[in-house]
Amino acid sequence: MYTSRTLLSVFIAALFALSVPVQARDDEDIGTPVTEAELSAFFAILPDGEGLPPGSGNAVQGLAIYAEKCAMCHGEKLEGIYDTGAPPLAGGAKSLATKQPLKTIESYWPYATTLYDYIWRSMPFHEPGSLTADEVYALSAYILSVGKVIGEGEVMNAQSLPKVKMPNANGFYVDPGPDRLIYRPAKAPPAKK
Amino acid sequence: MSQRSETPARAQEEIEECPCKEGMKPDVDVARRRLLLSAAAITAMPGQLAAATPAKAPPGAVLYDVPENATKVMGRPLLEDGGYGTRSQFETAVRMRADNPNDMTSWSFTPLADTIGNLTPSGLHYERHHGGIPAIDPAKHYLYVHGLVDGPKKFSVADIKRLPSITRKYFIECSGNTLDEWSKPKGKTVQVTHGLLSTSEWTGVPFATFARHVGLKDNASWVLGEGADAAVMTRSIPLDKMLSDGLIAYGQNGEALRPEQGYPLRLVLPGYEGNMMIKWLRRLQVSDRPFMTREETGRYTGLMPDGRARQFYYAMDAKSVITFPSGEMMLPKPGHYQIRGIAWTGRGRVQAVDISLDGGKNWVPARLDDVPEPMCTVRFSYPWYWDGKPAILQSRCIEDSGYVQPTRTDLVALRGEHFVYHYNAIQSWAVAADGSVANVHV
Repeated sequence: MYTSRTLLSVFIAALFALSVPVQARDDEDIGTPVTEAELSAFFAILPDGEGLPPGSGNAVQGLAIYAEKCAMCHGEKLEGIYDTGAPPLAGGAKSLATKQPLKTIESYWPYATTLYDYIWRSMPFHEPGSLTADEVYALSAYILSVGKVIGEGEVMNAQSLPKVKMPNANGFYVDPGPDRLIYRPAKAPPAKK
Repeated sequence: MSQRSETPARAQEEIEECPCKEGMKPDVDVARRRLLLSAAAITAMPGQLAAATPAKAPPGAVLYDVPENATKVMGRPLLEDGGYGTRSQFETAVRMRADNPNDMTSWSFTPLADTIGNLTPSGLHYERHHGGIPAIDPAKHYLYVHGLVDGPKKFSVADIKRLPSITRKYFIECSGNTLDEWSKPKGKTVQVTHGLLSTSEWTGVPFATFARHVGLKDNASWVLGEGADAAVMTRSIPLDKMLSDGLIAYGQNGEALRPEQGYPLRLVLPGYEGNMMIKWLRRLQVSDRPFMTREETGRYTGLMPDGRARQFYYAMDAKSVITFPSGEMMLPKPGHYQIRGIAWTGRGRVQAVDISLDGGKNWVPARLDDVPEPMCTVRFSYPWYWDGKPAILQSRCIEDSGYVQPTRTDLVALRGEHFVYHYNAIQSWAVAADGSVANVHV
């Protein structure tokens, strides 16, 4: 004869057997350790150049690559072609405080390393991730030289690219949060005569 | 291509099918719809009662025969839909594509005036893609967490689903929502002016849980999120935010994320601008400084009148909009109407919503239709008697900090007209004497 207590403990044991594999404990060892080799498939370039790969390129080499892989969307003169969705890459110098600001790499972007990072990860639009490190350095050099940020003969590599001084390098500040003016008293209604 | 461009137009036409919407659209559209219907009846469906049934099922619906009296004929059997379900063939609301040249880097708007309650149906959640929508096999997808950590790890989707999860309702708003309204009233409908806003119930694992599994270094202060799409989208996120409420989400409204929303994993950062909530999330790199990616320098920064730009503007400010009546609707005659709208803030909870019927001169409290939750939308309403005279309807959101949604005049005075992002000014809808409703600036 089974006692009711025996039945209860069998029932509780069965409950445990069911519930244990359902959810991991927060402190359980979950996930798989990864090696540096596995992580080397990824990249993200920092403004000081950390993450830049070996390689180099100049504007002359960049022009040839640009003509073949970029101009059809961004235009022969880097002016952008609206119908492709590709923005202009150069121009707009001294336009930011005017009534028609033109935000381009030349006029707006604060870091040259961002250019390398973006081309490498996202371009060309229909073949992302297909460029070699040398090609990305060359394209960066070409785009920067058209904007007269660097000279035509300058070689871009992991050492020189982070040192490029962008025209709008000092043009950004951290958002201060909700504008103080919003907390000022509402405008008084016009005085009655 | 042709299907995409037809969708919004067809949806607009088919709205006229619904008797409840009768009189809410300009007469010209009704006339055009009737003309199209009769033309279709003559050419495509001779001898059939074309007006009783739409000629083609709306997206997400199946066309069934509609009997005169549904109590006199047997209905269809269960699971004829294959087991997932469809919406009624009489429901026509769809997302609408933005008028951009390249659909791989573009956005679509949620039909705010057609959604009901506080949650956006997953299929109507607004979209913003920078490199199209990827198709990802979750069995081959990993989240890598590395950088300034003791032991870098990768987590399979199955690993993540084994961890304790949380479920929260949050809105997501594109920082470019309402960006066409800085200078002139451009958007014709509330779908276009405010439709880059959606609310879902998100389920996932807090970033803090992952942080404990890899171990954060003392100097950890930023986290790079990276997507597995063709744009390989990246943003730097302050570690404080990641640890306070950053969520690695795999669930949306009771099911897996939609592909357009980042299937199988997306980052959810409650209240922050939508582009930071990296979709198709594959990597989190812990760092001691921001990466200054394209999306936080060349894009998603706010240009001020002096030519300098505000960077790292994260939270979406308090905002609201009236969805009924709103642009391009038509009030058939004077009488009682229920003004309805949506309010939200990325900095806390909605405390209250005010309504103005005279372009902002006088304000009265609206009714909140649900209980405000942090970083979540609320519905509001106000019973209004329209006397048939021109009126300018506005709403303003007051968040729990005391912040009040600003007027457009105040916002432009502060930021100029080229800030682009984070436009949160009070929206004005002008009701004309003939009942038509239009977007105006006051």
